[in-house]
Amino acid sequence: MTTEMQDESEIFRGTTTGATQLRDKRSVRGTPKAGMPAFVLGEELADLAETDPRIVVGTADLASANRTNDFRDRHPHRFVNFSIAEKNMITAAAGMASCGLIPYVATFASFSAILGAEQIRTDCAYPRMNVRVLGSHSGMSMGFYGSSHHALEDLAMLRCIADLKVVCATDANHLRAVLRASVEHPGAMYIRLGRGRDPVVYDTVPDISFDRAIRLREGQDLTIIACGSQVRAALDAANELQQDGISARVVDMFTIDTIDADEVRSAAEDTGAILTVEEHNITGGLGSAVAEVLLDLPRVPFRKHGVPDKFVEVGPPAALYAHYRLDKAGVTEVARELLARKA
Amino acid sequence: MTRTTGGNVSHEVLEDRAKFIRKETVRLSRIAGAGHYSSTFSCAELLASLYYDQMRIEPTQPGWPERDRFVMSKGHAAIGLYPVLADLGYYDPSELDTYTRLGSNFGDHPDMKKGRGLDFSSGSLGHGLSVGVGMALAGRMQSHDFRTYVMLGDGELSEGQIWEAVNSAGHFKLRNLVVLVDVNGLSIDGHTEDVMSIEPLGDRFAAFGWDVQRIDGHDLTAIRHAFAALERADSGKPQVIIADTVKGRGVARMEMSLDWHVGNLVGEDYDDVMAELDAGLKPIEPEATQ
Ligand SMILES: Cc1ncc(C[n+]2csc(CCOP(=O)(O)OP(=O)(O)O)c2C)c(N)n1
Ligand SMILES: [Mg+2]
Repeated sequence: MTTEMQDESEIFRGTTTGATQLRDKRSVRGTPKAGMPAFVLGEELADLAETDPRIVVGTADLASANRTNDFRDRHPHRFVNFSIAEKNMITAAAGMASCGLIPYVATFASFSAILGAEQIRTDCAYPRMNVRVLGSHSGMSMGFYGSSHHALEDLAMLRCIADLKVVCATDANHLRAVLRASVEHPGAMYIRLGRGRDPVVYDTVPDISFDRAIRLREGQDLTIIACGSQVRAALDAANELQQDGISARVVDMFTIDTIDADEVRSAAEDTGAILTVEEHNITGGLGSAVAEVLLDLPRVPFRKHGVPDKFVEVGPPAALYAHYRLDKAGVTEVARELLARKA
Repeated sequence: MTRTTGGNVSHEVLEDRAKFIRKETVRLSRIAGAGHYSSTFSCAELLASLYYDQMRIEPTQPGWPERDRFVMSKGHAAIGLYPVLADLGYYDPSELDTYTRLGSNFGDHPDMKKGRGLDFSSGSLGHGLSVGVGMALAGRMQSHDFRTYVMLGDGELSEGQIWEAVNSAGHFKLRNLVVLVDVNGLSIDGHTEDVMSIEPLGDRFAAFGWDVQRIDGHDLTAIRHAFAALERADSGKPQVIIADTVKGRGVARMEMSLDWHVGNLVGEDYDDVMAELDAGLKPIEPEATQ
């Protein structure tokens, strides 16, 4: 009970600093002001903006939840809070981009990617505007906030839009890398983020390119291709499998569109079995993108793992990850099921 | 057209039910480990008056076609609505003890497939008034005289879809549509007037062809009069009750504070707040409303 409760109160992690009115250490209040070390979005953008005057930032009444208020504090004149008006924000960003700015607009993925999908397609991608739409708290990381606040369809919805780069940030350091690389990317981007306290995968800021997946672990028996929150789960599962002498390659396929087809091909050729793992509806996301590459290759055992095509149960995030087998234990189990087919 | 509405319930009962809504919000938040205290406290009197006094409902028949409808468009205040529905008999109050736990029927935002008595699901702000427009149009097409009530937040009024719905309701003269705006002065990131101004709100609605009333949303007598005036107006227009409220009303530390949109009270803090609520509403500290 206690761990679950701690987990939940951190959906918007409150601060205890200055909370003199609170008597119990476990009580929390408010949206975060500090203490979300993993949520580097506003800070990194503020750093980039020091040397690049084109960078501006917008949000939709969620400056504290996604920490864009760190940017606001340092560059108040280059920050716009559009209030709860996401479609206006995304299209206004396109207008700013048409004047030479590079707007980064951020809100929950449910509202940036899903509510704003047509604005992203018609106003950002089609005219090739340098807009970066950021979706935080993606997947089902908002737990019992429920399906209105989940984004389990965003990759499927946006992957098929032409001239839109779709990228998942894996953890804090990876997000820094994605943001740095995004500045000079020509055209529109959708960047999918976790909830800001994502388990660490990268100890330092990795060297990335939007065309190349990152191979994090070598292996011969199967390849786990994951993105976002599931990269950590995949690595943990691979370590678990190692104990039984199973050697799993792990690939961070953060670049959903364009998918790294060469990496998928080597996975099939070198390891002969592929498991995709994503915090996304099983239809249309990472697994589907990998399957599209595999269609042109000799058949290997393949399994798409993600959230079934149903609206998810109510529950705290950790409980949901366990329920849908999107944690270390779950991914390990699914990997074993796949390997049973390989024999 | 005459309509029979609910209770004729005493002032004391309504006051008590508003207190019940606040206390249940605090209790359920502790189960979840996080709760929207202040958004619910600001609309406690409105909710109590609606459900215990005003709406034409029959809890034993949640699907009754002639029932009044309620759409909680600011779905994050569902934590205050669930206990009311349980109290009225839509389901067993003990079901609420599962609030937000794995597999529960009750999440932070309402899912009409799961909770009896919920007329619609919500959570993504800005949709609820369009739902209400649809219900009111359906009522007209089906020759029902039920009324549709929609509760909106003041920050929520930033959503463009709200104004598409306001415009269409005025155009279609949806006389059985009633909007309650909980003008508690805050959204998440700041004071509504600083983040995105909504004033002069009455004039804005009036310009779209609505009848407008503006009241103190914590004054049960004023709420009752506003509801009574809905009957008398009968102007053929949709009607809005703009309720000036205080976000966090009822717990001094929360009143007009940006720190309590989401929070979690445990231990002594929980006990303190429950005791404060038990003592009843106090006059507002002058500095709180600045
Ligand atoms: C479309 C959409 N965008 C953002 C959110 C996140 N969100 C939840 S509550 C809230 C603030 C709501 O303010 P207001 O309408 O004034 O309601 P209050 O809580 O003050 O009653 C926001 C931005 C949401 N639920 N839906
Ligand atoms: Mg408000």
